[in-house]
Amino acid sequence: MDFTLWDIVRNLLIGLQWTVLLSLVAFVCGGIAGLLLLVARISDNGFLRGLARGYIELFQGTPLLMQLFMVFFGIALFGIDVSAWMAAAIALTLFTSAFLAEIWRGCVESIPRGQWEASGSLALNRLEQLRHVILPQALRIAIAPTVGFSVQVVKGTAVTSIIGFTELTKTGGMLANATFEPFLTYGLVALGYFILCYPLSLSARYLERRLHAPA
Amino acid sequence: MAYQFDFAPVLAQADLLLKGALFTLQLTVVGTVLGLAIGVLGAVVRAWRLRPFDALFGVYVELIRNTPFIVQLFFIFFGLPALGVRLTEWQAAVLAMVINLGAYSTEIIRAGIVAIPKGQLEAAAALAMSRFEAFRHVVLQPALAKVWPALSSQIVIVMLGSAVCSQIATEELSFAANFIQSRNFRAFETYLLTTLLYLVMAIVVRQLLAWLGQRLLMGRR
Repeated sequence: MDFTLWDIVRNLLIGLQWTVLLSLVAFVCGGIAGLLLLVARISDNGFLRGLARGYIELFQGTPLLMQLFMVFFGIALFGIDVSAWMAAAIALTLFTSAFLAEIWRGCVESIPRGQWEASGSLALNRLEQLRHVILPQALRIAIAPTVGFSVQVVKGTAVTSIIGFTELTKTGGMLANATFEPFLTYGLVALGYFILCYPLSLSARYLERRLHAPA
Repeated sequence: MAYQFDFAPVLAQADLLLKGALFTLQLTVVGTVLGLAIGVLGAVVRAWRLRPFDALFGVYVELIRNTPFIVQLFFIFFGLPALGVRLTEWQAAVLAMVINLGAYSTEIIRAGIVAIPKGQLEAAAALAMSRFEAFRHVVLQPALAKVWPALSSQIVIVMLGSAVCSQIATEELSFAANFIQSRNFRAFETYLLTTLLYLVMAIVVRQLLAWLGQRLLMGRR
């Protein structure tokens, strides 16, 4: 059976859709989990703080591939049949949450101490301080690095091909085997990621520049 | 949970894991040295806008930073033979790591060079330093010192990222883990120990780089 260029591109586009979907799920769920983790990471409870720190260290200090395997084989221990898609979504969510929490912690800590003290003197409790005073200001600083990190999430989804999730890279691998055109196929796969990631990189840079511009 | 954990079959293969870990470290050392060399070259070319190479490095940096490492690896290992470039597994792994780190470190080191005040170079000229001396002591060393923390994290990221090299059968740590679990069927235990091993390696390498930075760049002994 012969493959035309369009056949390869058409199939890669299907894989690309899964890459986009997985990236979105990981980014949204990872963002929510990351926010909870952030609250724990900067809480005044030492135990919670240590726990969050250990979690972040674990996910920043180990390969994403190992995290995928741990989730994939770990859930199976409970006798639950986990699909590659589920394992990929869970592992990438955990991975994303650790990095986002650490990025956001930097943003929160760049808010002057006086803001905490002032809001504390207004009898706001810690969560109220975060919600009404600190986070709104930190959010402005956080946008650029968060968009920048989304590039890492999109690229991270490529590793899920190894546990058999049929996203862009896995599709590319199958097509390369079927067409005997690895150069063309992997070139197109790389192009697909570039088309997804480059606009994100550009907007991160634009946002960063706009933030640092004199007001 | 009815599952009985059993680490003994994994620990029996500890030598394989350690051998894999050692190979991962070797790949990382070679990748780091060559990658940083490209990074310094690229950073100078980019910071001083040396035409036409600055545009070339610009394209290189964007291409690498906006595509996944595993795709770069597959392209090198499976794609390049179509052009007659045939590499062994470890050569492809090293090349991919070098190219990857080279792109990131180009951007990181460039930021350090751009941050050097112009007056410093003028001061160096006033002290009759040769262009090379001035570059080495006034531009490169302070620039590297300034961005060393960022470079160190990137080196650790590249080391951890090299886990996917098992997919082209480079016999590094994750390859050893795959091999062991395929024989003892203790997948979870194997990957748990391997993950912890990676964690230890990441922490040790980070400390080592911080120490090296202090000695070589900050001039503390």
